[in-house]
Amino acid sequence: MFKATVIVKRRPKILDPQGKAVEQGAKLLGFNNVNNTRIGKYIEFFVETDDLKAAEKEVKEYSEKLLSNPIMEDFEFTLVEVSSPKTEVKIARE
Amino acid sequence: MKPKFGVVVFPGSNCDYDAYYSVKKVLGFNAEFLWHKEKDLKGCDVIILPGGFSYGDYLRTGAIAKFSPILEKVVSFAENGGIVFGICNGFQILLETGLLPGIMLQNESLKFVCKDIYLKVENKGTVFTSGIKKETIKIPIKHGEGNYYTDEVTLNEMIKNHQIIFTYSSSDGHVSKKYNPNGSLKNIAGISNKRMNVMGMMPHPENACDPILRKTDGAMIFKSIAKHFN
Repeated sequence: MFKATVIVKRRPKILDPQGKAVEQGAKLLGFNNVNNTRIGKYIEFFVETDDLKAAEKEVKEYSEKLLSNPIMEDFEFTLVEVSSPKTEVKIARE
Repeated sequence: MKPKFGVVVFPGSNCDYDAYYSVKKVLGFNAEFLWHKEKDLKGCDVIILPGGFSYGDYLRTGAIAKFSPILEKVVSFAENGGIVFGICNGFQILLETGLLPGIMLQNESLKFVCKDIYLKVENKGTVFTSGIKKETIKIPIKHGEGNYYTDEVTLNEMIKNHQIIFTYSSSDGHVSKKYNPNGSLKNIAGISNKRMNVMGMMPHPENACDPILRKTDGAMIFKSIAKHFN
């Protein structure tokens, strides 16, 4: 089994009103070196297969078809082999 | 012939009854609700994708609705020349399915906007607009993500094909940034596909039909569509 993490980001040329608004807050707080704040999405899930290639294919298709819209977003993902979702949760709690 | 309008109901739709009421009770056409899990358009002549927040707008507006069973039928209906009309969230769904080009970003102001605005009718040669006798129409908007965007190549193609149907304007049809409520590209409020049988718009014509609301310009759009079936 694999744990997948997908990051969906707005393409650089696409306006990110949320990032812009957050950056205004940053300036108000005096973080003057901060610039070009962009807000994306972090998505994680498990893929129930032991075949890395099959897992990659599934995550790629899931990201392309549903998790992102290729007109405005890019995505990247990582896969980590895990024994079961339960052990993963335990580790996270510790 | 009186056309039958099919109003698709998604979990999270909230303007479905408004569309049904205006089309059936105010304008006297036939109308029927179509549940998103159905795979039958029940012989409807026109499909309306109504406003609301289908599937909670999770991920992106319209992103999950595009995979609902009924949408598969709506897409093939549109591909065969059937008339499909997306209002607000329905417009966003049409963008996600690819029946219309482009995407919707959050309003530039980051605020949900709810008010009456004027639209300049840029193309009166469509099924949706042929019965509009005025230069501008007054219709309400209510959305947080109506900031239309597309790349330059697609935009130029849309201009060339007269696919921009409505733009935000002053009451006398002056189009400028001042009258743009959400930051949309070229003040775009509504567009159609190349074939002109699919249209999406952010403003809500179904909320400007009943005379009791003291604004009825929206009715002209539904009447235009109905006229097509005469």
